Amino acid sequence: MTVTEPTATPEFVDNDQKPVGHGRMLRKEDPRFVRGLGKYVDDIQLPGMLHLAILRSPLAHARIVSIDTSAAEAHPKVKAVVTGAALAEQNLAWMPTLSNDVQAVLATDKVRFQGQEVAFVVAEDRYSARDALELIDVEYEELEPVIDVRRALADDAPVIRDDLENKANNHCFDWETGDATATEAVFDSADVIVSEDIVYPRVHPAPMETCGCVADYERVDGKLTLWCTSQAPHAHRTVYALVAGLPEHKIRIIAPDIGGGFGNKVPIYPGYVCSIVASLVTGKPVKWMEDRTENLVSTGFARDYVMRGEIAATKDGKILAIRTNVLADHGAFNGTAAPIKYPAGFFGVFTGSYDLQAAYCKMTAVYTNKAPGGVAYACSFRITEAVYLVERIVDCLAYELDMDPAELRLRNLIKPDQFPYETRTGWVYDSGNYEPAMRKAMEMAGYDELRREQAEKRDRGELMGIGVSFFTEAVGAGPRKDMDILGLGMADGCELRVHPTGKAVVRLSVKTQGQGHETTYAQIVAEEIGIPPADIEVVHGDTDNTPFGLGTYGSRSTPVSGAAAALVARKVRDKAQIIASGMLEVSVADLEWVKGSFQVKGDPTSAVTIQDIAMRAHGAGDLPEGIEGALEAQVCYNPENLTYPFGAYICVVDVDPGTGQVKVRRFVAVDDCGTRINPMIIEGQVHGGLTDGVGMALMEIVAFDEEGNCLGGSLMDYLIPTALEVPDWETGHTVTPSPHHPIGAKGVGESATVGSPPAIVNAVVDALKPYRIRHADMPLTPSRVWDAMQGRPTPPI
Amino acid sequence: MQVPAPFEYERATSVDHAIALLERRGSEARLVAGGHSLLPMMKLRLANLEYLIDINDLGTELGYLTMGPDEVRIGALTRHRDLLESDELAATFPIFRDAERVIADPVVRNRGTLGGSLCQADPSEDLSAVSTTLNASCVIRGSNGERVVTMEEFYRGPYETAVEDGQILTEVRIPIRPGGSSAYEKVERRAGDWAIVSSGAAVWMDSGQITDARVGLAAVGPNTTGIPAISDALRGQAPSDELYAQAGAIAAEACTPVTDMRGSADYKRHLANELTQRALRRSVARITGSAS
Amino acid sequence: MQVTMTVNGAEVTADIEPRLLLVHFLRDHLGLTGTHWGCDTSNCGTCVVWLDGEPVKSCTVLTAMAGGHEVRTVEDLERDGELDPVQQGFIQCHGLQCGFCTPGMMMTTRALLDRNPNPSEDEIREAISGQICRCTGYSTIVRSVQWAAAHDGDREGTVPAGSTS
Repeated sequence: MTVTEPTATPEFVDNDQKPVGHGRMLRKEDPRFVRGLGKYVDDIQLPGMLHLAILRSPLAHARIVSIDTSAAEAHPKVKAVVTGAALAEQNLAWMPTLSNDVQAVLATDKVRFQGQEVAFVVAEDRYSARDALELIDVEYEELEPVIDVRRALADDAPVIRDDLENKANNHCFDWETGDATATEAVFDSADVIVSEDIVYPRVHPAPMETCGCVADYERVDGKLTLWCTSQAPHAHRTVYALVAGLPEHKIRIIAPDIGGGFGNKVPIYPGYVCSIVASLVTGKPVKWMEDRTENLVSTGFARDYVMRGEIAATKDGKILAIRTNVLADHGAFNGTAAPIKYPAGFFGVFTGSYDLQAAYCKMTAVYTNKAPGGVAYACSFRITEAVYLVERIVDCLAYELDMDPAELRLRNLIKPDQFPYETRTGWVYDSGNYEPAMRKAMEMAGYDELRREQAEKRDRGELMGIGVSFFTEAVGAGPRKDMDILGLGMADGCELRVHPTGKAVVRLSVKTQGQGHETTYAQIVAEEIGIPPADIEVVHGDTDNTPFGLGTYGSRSTPVSGAAAALVARKVRDKAQIIASGMLEVSVADLEWVKGSFQVKGDPTSAVTIQDIAMRAHGAGDLPEGIEGALEAQVCYNPENLTYPFGAYICVVDVDPGTGQVKVRRFVAVDDCGTRINPMIIEGQVHGGLTDGVGMALMEIVAFDEEGNCLGGSLMDYLIPTALEVPDWETGHTVTPSPHHPIGAKGVGESATVGSPPAIVNAVVDALKPYRIRHADMPLTPSRVWDAMQGRPTPPI
Repeated sequence: MQVPAPFEYERATSVDHAIALLERRGSEARLVAGGHSLLPMMKLRLANLEYLIDINDLGTELGYLTMGPDEVRIGALTRHRDLLESDELAATFPIFRDAERVIADPVVRNRGTLGGSLCQADPSEDLSAVSTTLNASCVIRGSNGERVVTMEEFYRGPYETAVEDGQILTEVRIPIRPGGSSAYEKVERRAGDWAIVSSGAAVWMDSGQITDARVGLAAVGPNTTGIPAISDALRGQAPSDELYAQAGAIAAEACTPVTDMRGSADYKRHLANELTQRALRRSVARITGSAS
Repeated sequence: MQVTMTVNGAEVTADIEPRLLLVHFLRDHLGLTGTHWGCDTSNCGTCVVWLDGEPVKSCTVLTAMAGGHEVRTVEDLERDGELDPVQQGFIQCHGLQCGFCTPGMMMTTRALLDRNPNPSEDEIREAISGQICRCTGYSTIVRSVQWAAAHDGDREGTVPAGSTS
């Protein structure tokens, strides 16, 4: 009788391939999270800790007439109540923003957006702190708010920023890029010009964990420890030193586990400063965790660009030029977090993935009575806006030419032999091979079959849409000569130390908020140095024991800090090779590296492992001339360029003609992020970004009424997709390494957030083709889709 | 996260005890069952009360679903989850399962109750529309006894019901008539959201003719709306697309939607029309057994 | 007021204000910080725990209301250091990134598998539709639960009395 062994359920074997280097590997950090043992800021409890709550303005624009804090101060559990006037005495009422503007920590003269910080209380527990807020009496004199961005520069618009000297209007800045004259010439002689007003509404990153901190100022030592939801702890530390006059070596920022960032946790918020002040004043640790309303109403929003896009082409579909005029709503303070020479971030890549003859953008940024911010929500510094504009206007062109949108793109994509490719706005795309990605997406989607299905459905009056989007991202900020934030260059350090027993620790300058650095960085180092990732400890988030860097956002970790990790590992390996040569008594050139060990060429039995070398480096024996003991190194990596991941996305939607409801049936995403460190993690990043796209395309908006009341101030009103609104994602990839990155990797964290909104909007507009709709703005809620079907597509603002 | 202002808490041990507590504490007291309408309002400090009376222990007295020959009686403390999962209820009144599937979310449905939903009297409340559609009656008990009111009498205005101070809704009764079925259609911006508009329909037929029909809408007016004009138009008629369209037009006329973040008034009127047609069509299909 | 309840199998008594929310009691008084909070309107689901065997949003339950009842949190999913198949599934299938929504997701899906040992993809998505993840895009969460269902053989489900399925 034959006995057959039971087989494991085919799909579900132990998924951990345990590579020593790149490859699919389960995450090292997961065990603590699944056991409920993650350590987030609100989990921190310190002896004597007090709680801070912030009183916020109910009005969008008002003068502060008086503040009476006496009743709050009399509350038995309240330790301190602080207003803007008190902070002003210490020159702390205003702080610089990351965009060379200033922002009120606590309002002094006026409040300038609903939700702005007006006062804070410190109490024994969070419930009492909340109660005490109601005991503060503020008298406001209401002022007319500026809410409609298109009216911000009207002659009769009230001036919001009268705190700035000689400020007589709501103008924030002007910006332009490209060549206006050359572009005009191309437009003047083009066969076809398509213009469209395209709005990218205000949205919010809304990570599941809100922002907060625990500030602990130790009076004896003069040392401030700040646990904080910060994506850039070192940058924060330096800014506090510059602004608050605290010596930088006496500031320690610890970013523990962070429950999602998405750019929301890059800025320094008034709440952090208030907490530091509160700890200084009370001598106790002070915790501040904002609630969800505070998060949505006052912290860094994203987008809010009103764009006019124009595209010039030949009648055969050769795209010649793109021109755009943008009105940018920056809220009450310019709190944008972008490299300082880039007030519009990297919007300059609105030229997209196409070979253009000319391009020009003119932008006007204005102040309005809304929260400050603009750069956040996986935007890669405004690339979401740029890609949305170009991919939408290209689809409008396809509509006018009655051409298949995939075909139109294929005709115009930059060719592989054109790389490195300099765009008409001065960006040098490092590498790209666009057509295979596009074709792969089409093949995975069954594009031709989908178009056939669509034709049949259209005959029956059913609305099915197929949307295409092709994007090129610019990430990995950035070269020191071009990019700095408040004077801090965007080069990042990395330190690697191998212990005597061959285990290692790598210390990072960046800070994960879920991207899996504790795994991927161990893999980067493992790939170079042959120590298994399980034996490599990744340390990050604590400025006292990690090297300086500008943090994690704009998909910059892999391109910048990942490069640093690879280089520092190679530095260690180079040293190891020299030590090995001594151990094996051969010359350095006689050795070859076979991952994990140095072998004598032609004699593999004569070898030493990296672990052997580590022990020797720390041990008692001789080391080669000129070589110090220990096996460690440090690197500061200044990227020579950004990196340019790209992708081709195809979305299939079905629209209910009776209700306007949109169902995302399928989404195919082909991404090229260069060398792939961990495909499992890449896939996760893509899935998350695609979900962002569904959210923004179909339901997310931070809206305001005429009085400046924020209508998106809770998760009941600010709608984020659940598992029922998204399909099972279909992902694929191509690999086009970056030529200048040490391991050819480009970064992928924001690609899907960039590429998916236009794919979805393009799909919905495609579905509505029988209604002769060329454009409809996000969010495409059922009501707004129905309006479009009636021939009344309206902008959301 | 926001937190409520201070209050005192008591737990009722019986319905009569709850009534006595309500009477003793007066208008500053509220009952709490599932709490998923009241507690969020208290956290946001939109509802401030001095006494909270927890009736969650009253499952024996108030948590039941009894299928009788001519009537279904549902205790006010019956949880949404139980209404969703009851196959008997779904067989007799499919509108309940249709609606419960799209009320809040599965975790909230473990706590929220029929009574809590009706007493909240939110104009967008789905179970209010269901109850109106099914011509339910509400049993209200006070210290001086019980009274039974129709849904029209139950709803006095937005967030206002016939349950006065010192009284408690104990039961909802739904008449069963032969030859009937029902359906619910809801459009929302995202799973778990309040309705943009929803429409519930109940139809009774005999020998291929509609003997009676009722339609109830949610989110299109100050209170969920029963529309007698639709019943009048459908009685004695054979079902047809034209008839549904007629009913839909009446529904659109009869409601008073407002433009808000969920949609324009025009769109909501359109939905009232469209969803009424769909709900009627599905109800009829369920009666006749044909594919809907 | 004084309240007594069972938390993760152990009886707990405490002096609390009636208004204390269960999520705060678990986190701040009992130090069980695995349960999180993320909104003000009962929408996000990062606070999901079990109350008498059923998933509830602990931000919308008063500690007082839980008196006399049984509460179970994520910390109780493992047994003698061995992870529950749901926990293992989330690791195996990359069902988490930042980890903030994860305890709530696991508590809900553990309850789902106890009632429905082989749920379809639609049933899994439906079960977690009241909870938001900003990181994963949900496909990997679905796969994690499917993995757990396939490896759940040895576990005794605890289906509470009164459940209909």
